[in-house]
Amino acid sequence: MTIARLLLHLFLLLTFAPLLQGVIARTKARFAGRSGAPLLQPYYDLARLWRKGFVFSRTTTWVFLAGPVTALVVPLLASLLVPFGALPAPFSFDGDLILFVYLFGLARFFTATAALDTGSSFEGMGAAREVTFACLAEPTVLFALIVLARVSGGLSLNTLLGPGLAAGWQTAGASLGLVAVCLFLVLLVENSRIPFDDPNTHLELTMIHEVMVLDHSGPAFGLILYGSAMKLMVLGAPLVRLLLPWQSGNLLLDALVFLAGMLALAVLVGVVESSMARLRLVRIPQVLVGTTLLSMFALVLVLR
Amino acid sequence: MSWLLAGIGLIMTAGLSGLLAGRQGGGGEKPACALLLAGTLLAGGGIAGALAGKLEASLRLPWPVPGGELALGIDGISALFLFPLLLIAAAGSLFGLGYWTRRHHPRGGRRLRLFYGLITAAMLLLLVARNGLLFLVAWEIMALSGFFLITTEEHKGEARRAGLIYLAATHTGTLALFALFALLEQAAGSFAFPAGGTLAAGGAPLFLLGLAGFGLKAGLMPLHIWLPGAHAAAPSHASALLSGAMIKTGIYGLVRLSSFFAEIPPWWGWTVLALGALSGVLGVVLALAQHDIKRLLAYHSVENIGIIALGLGIALLGRSHQVPELVLLGIGGALLHVVNHGLFKSLLFLSAGSLIHATGTREIDQMGGLLRRQPWTGVCFLGGAVAICGLPPFNGFVSEWLIYLGAFRALRQGPLALQLAAMVAPALALIGALALACFVKVFGIAFLGEPRSDGALKAREAGPAMRWPMALLFGACAWIGLLPWTLAPLLQRAALDWSPLAAAVSLAAPLAPLHWVGLGGWLLVLALAGCGGWLAGHSRRAPRDVATWGCGFARPTTRMQYSASSFADFLAGLFRCGLLTERHGGRVEGLHPGPAELSTHTPDAVLDRVLLPASGKLAWLFTWLRAVVQNGRVGLYLLYLILTLLALLGLVLLT
Repeated sequence: MTIARLLLHLFLLLTFAPLLQGVIARTKARFAGRSGAPLLQPYYDLARLWRKGFVFSRTTTWVFLAGPVTALVVPLLASLLVPFGALPAPFSFDGDLILFVYLFGLARFFTATAALDTGSSFEGMGAAREVTFACLAEPTVLFALIVLARVSGGLSLNTLLGPGLAAGWQTAGASLGLVAVCLFLVLLVENSRIPFDDPNTHLELTMIHEVMVLDHSGPAFGLILYGSAMKLMVLGAPLVRLLLPWQSGNLLLDALVFLAGMLALAVLVGVVESSMARLRLVRIPQVLVGTTLLSMFALVLVLR
Repeated sequence: MSWLLAGIGLIMTAGLSGLLAGRQGGGGEKPACALLLAGTLLAGGGIAGALAGKLEASLRLPWPVPGGELALGIDGISALFLFPLLLIAAAGSLFGLGYWTRRHHPRGGRRLRLFYGLITAAMLLLLVARNGLLFLVAWEIMALSGFFLITTEEHKGEARRAGLIYLAATHTGTLALFALFALLEQAAGSFAFPAGGTLAAGGAPLFLLGLAGFGLKAGLMPLHIWLPGAHAAAPSHASALLSGAMIKTGIYGLVRLSSFFAEIPPWWGWTVLALGALSGVLGVVLALAQHDIKRLLAYHSVENIGIIALGLGIALLGRSHQVPELVLLGIGGALLHVVNHGLFKSLLFLSAGSLIHATGTREIDQMGGLLRRQPWTGVCFLGGAVAICGLPPFNGFVSEWLIYLGAFRALRQGPLALQLAAMVAPALALIGALALACFVKVFGIAFLGEPRSDGALKAREAGPAMRWPMALLFGACAWIGLLPWTLAPLLQRAALDWSPLAAAVSLAAPLAPLHWVGLGGWLLVLALAGCGGWLAGHSRRAPRDVATWGCGFARPTTRMQYSASSFADFLAGLFRCGLLTERHGGRVEGLHPGPAELSTHTPDAVLDRVLLPASGKLAWLFTWLRAVVQNGRVGLYLLYLILTLLALLGLVLLT
């Protein structure tokens, strides 16, 4: 049974993660009045990168490849700890939420060091910004998890986002609403989306995540793109579960509901990207501190 | 016990061989190292035997000092401090063979080895002492040997200054400990350590004195003043011992002291939590702003002491509110972090030593590109960096995970006041993220990119005497990270020794997920190795002869790379009210600006900002008073005599 669940989890993740990127791009195109690239364009991009060769700077070492590798492996492993909608996570234990958060810390460590490996100032700039914003986003995540733990009374992601969530909305709806807002903002930061970062910009001085992977090429860059698509899905899964806290018990139906939720989330991200401008760099810390305060407020509401 | 005593004896006398050897030649380097290694093996065997119940675990001998007794004992708490101490001392001693050779450092080498053995032996004795006077004697030997280790390079003004501040700080702490043990003697009836949980409540002065005395040694903010300078000035393997083991004796003191009491008032736990959060956050922020690699690592010691204090605070709160799970998780996490910090911090100090040895500088901004030149050192430093950031699959994650779990459990049980302890989790998250930023900076600037100076360009890998100790510590870090459940029995035993309350909970349950954590680590390692191996094989034939794209700039230089200061600038700017970084220069003016210079310096928040100015003012005040009172006029001195006599007369008349 565990094996079957494991395979289903990995299947959903590996198959549908790039689709979300396509949906976001299509939404943005529609808002801009263009017809946009095909929905499956991210898959074509990955396939094309797969066939290409590598180009390495003579400054780089093996650490340069460690970045893409962790960027791919970490979302894969983290997905095994998080429930996909009503489908419970294959692996679950008390305190797995900390492992979940820290796995992404590991990915950030190696993405940033790989960026510094090129010896380019631009990538140093991106790495510095990435680790700075993470410092401000991390407490928010923990506050959100504390609220969820308090509402559900559990210590594993499966209980935090388990069947008790629907009842939780009745007793602590306001807190959970705030947590959903906070998690959405963290999702935008972590996946380098507008208003925090612009994945499509080509002005190095303003980029964060994109500038860190500027010198990667070929299959290594493919791993990064695939990894970031999976990261969006893995980090979006708790949010979707929070907003759709029901389950039917039917495996297929639950999976479809989850996928529909993820697609809706992707559309929402696209709408936000189309309707907002990128924040000035100095404003981003202020927004993130505000998010932390919001999550603290959610905790106060639930503790009273 | 006799094994342990024999080991202590060997370690204590290890450095003496250097004094007997002639000034020429090796100066007894190898015999000293061999004696120390033999001593650590003996002592380690003795401790393991005592824990397994095969050798006796306590010893009492009369001692002609009034109130004193040679009372020794080994229990779970001591063992968790003893094992890392032995490992660090042995690794550091081996490392010293390559790092501090007689040829390169003709001065002070013999003295260094003498006090290195002496401080190790004193710490061993301190950790097994069960009598207040014996504890204080060992404490003082340790403190003084520490001074001589710090001032090994006494010809440098910086080392002398650091030593002086250390001496003042440690003796202030000892003063508090004298008062503490005097009060403890009154409360318990003798200088022998009372059994766990036997002292009645009302120990507020004891707790505060202990917090001051032990906190000064441990480096809890704001008592950390001596720590950054001292760790930076000592030779790297001595810094590893000071940071990895010596500051932990302060934590040991706090843990041991709190085990004596039957009841713990909640404000003890809250005080420790508040100090821990302060040390954790401010320690890592100050570390972020440093560009001297050893000073930076020293501030990380303050940070990690803060994390340990967070765990201890949770455990104390668990005892106040009678929640056994919190006691087990809190003290287990704190003690495991003691072990872990000992391992990864000494690993980091040793690899930093290897860097300094190769490049001849402590400035991170002078390094760069060292991973190519020192692949072994680089991998060891990277392992230590991942571990200290608390990331899986290394050991730092396991202990932080236990503390997190304690914080989350606090949410589930007990009154509202206890639930606020869950705030530890976001604090730890902030500390962890900041530490990550800091170590990305150190590793990225020092090891990656292009060499920024001639020293870095000509750096060579360290010899085997320096590589093996690093590999040993690296292995220990990986072992705890990948097989964490092997330590669970020892942690449970220590928790039981600390508080009988821990017996109330089924010991296995809260620590059971350690298997899962270990499994997660293995999965991670295997997946990374598989994917990385595939990618490395796939890219083997790729061209590697192009330069990094420099935005079309025709003649890039290595000085255009991001530096440590520029990397930390954004974050340091966010914390500027706590850091007050000083910037000198850096302004360019006009349409065709000439050359400009920028330098930044972040002084210590307590020592340089508060204590030194305040004591400067005080010194000025007393100088002025003395000049007024003692001004050289004989008539005035006679007046003082007459006034004193009159005052005495008045006193006699009144009484």
